[in-house]
Amino acid sequence: MIQPNNTALHALHIDLGAKMVNFAQWEMPITYSSLIKEHHAVRKTAGIFDVSHMAVFDFDGGDQIGFFEKIFANDIKKIANENKALYGVMLNEDGGILDDLIVYHADDKFRLVSNCSTREQNFDWYKKHAVDFGVEVVERKDMGILAIQGPQAMEKILAMNEISPLVKDLEPFGCMFSNEHLYARTGYTGEDGLELIVPNDAIVNLWEKALAQGCSPIGLGARDTLRLEAGLNLYGNDMTINNHPYESNLAWTVDMKDEARDFIGKNALLKVDRDASQKIIGVVLKDRGVLRPGYEITHSQGKGIILSGTYSPTLETSIGLARVDQGHGDTGEVMIRNNTLNVDFVSPRFLRQGKI
Amino acid sequence: MGDIPGDLKFLSSHEWVRVEPDGAVTIGISDHAQDLLGDIVFVELPEIGQSIDAETDAAIVESVKAASDVYSPISGEVTEVNPMLEDQPEIINSSPYEDGWFYKMIPSDLGEIENLLSPEDYGEVCED
Repeated sequence: MIQPNNTALHALHIDLGAKMVNFAQWEMPITYSSLIKEHHAVRKTAGIFDVSHMAVFDFDGGDQIGFFEKIFANDIKKIANENKALYGVMLNEDGGILDDLIVYHADDKFRLVSNCSTREQNFDWYKKHAVDFGVEVVERKDMGILAIQGPQAMEKILAMNEISPLVKDLEPFGCMFSNEHLYARTGYTGEDGLELIVPNDAIVNLWEKALAQGCSPIGLGARDTLRLEAGLNLYGNDMTINNHPYESNLAWTVDMKDEARDFIGKNALLKVDRDASQKIIGVVLKDRGVLRPGYEITHSQGKGIILSGTYSPTLETSIGLARVDQGHGDTGEVMIRNNTLNVDFVSPRFLRQGKI
Repeated sequence: MGDIPGDLKFLSSHEWVRVEPDGAVTIGISDHAQDLLGDIVFVELPEIGQSIDAETDAAIVESVKAASDVYSPISGEVTEVNPMLEDQPEIINSSPYEDGWFYKMIPSDLGEIENLLSPEDYGEVCED
């Protein structure tokens, strides 16, 4: 068996009593105490996540804007003159989603964060296309990522006295560099807070200072229930290389406004009949049980499948994301172990700013 | 984790059975099992009157993370299910050997108990 990778905080997770799991070749904390308690801590106060397994890339030289215009379905020009982050997807020539990612831009530098399981595949893809633009792609294995999230996240971050107080003025998706440290008003929970993309040798101190301010350590288990309540897709569950963005609730990340811009996958997307495509919707189970990936959905005009499903600690019922045929209306049924149960169809954003 | 009560017998798949003074048996899952599962949010219990064979699936327990089958340690007919589990499945986490029991049965062959693990042997299974 291949020895899994460890983040800079591995020993601290063990000391905190975390249950560790192997996640895409990284040994990561899934819970420290109770997943539900961790979930509520983020919704009510503040939590800190070690997400250093995610892949960080920097870029050097060449025409970096041209490079991102080519590989990114969102239009990098939206942030090219701003200190901001931009979410979107990277497509293959067939319009299939290779990954979702965030590109950060501040002080004329770009930094990119993409998923852990796609690290090698993406690095090859970036390098292959960067050559045409004279851009060098630098994998930052020396960088880790902390997310501090929750309604009290910003006040706790400022009280740490470790991070520039200018972060309080960042707008949602705003970001700033402080030397090699990148601070961004982004996250994966539907709450306010920051993501800190910083050198590994700074991580332990930041983690300990955040805990000292009362941030709860949060595992990947609650990260999943939090992101699902916020209606945020998970690559590999909710979309894969076999899906285009229009059937993945990601049309808003495909920017065709600049007709002269030729991004990879554009021609394939132009041929998609969006009126006939399936779509991702939110599903709320009205009966007792828990929605899980793979369960079959039916509605008056067609069918579908649960992509992500869990118990929602905030809504105290089971929720999921499903890809379904159009014309689904407001209600349908799900098959769970040969029982037909009732579901409501809703916007995938189950919560907004942490509220129902 | 707390001590394992001495009057229980176990399957290696983490179910326990207790023989009650009236000859009925009570079935649940172990402290180790609830700890592995994490926060339990839903339980699907057998029907009263249902006959269940030893080591076949009798119930389903779902935590936030996953669904797991619960196997019956011995054969018999279900006489009672724990009514508290419908609204408070989390009592399996807090009291796996007492309040968090799953169902009671009239055993069809109490001799099957002899095939099960003692608390000591089960404790060793959990350490592997």
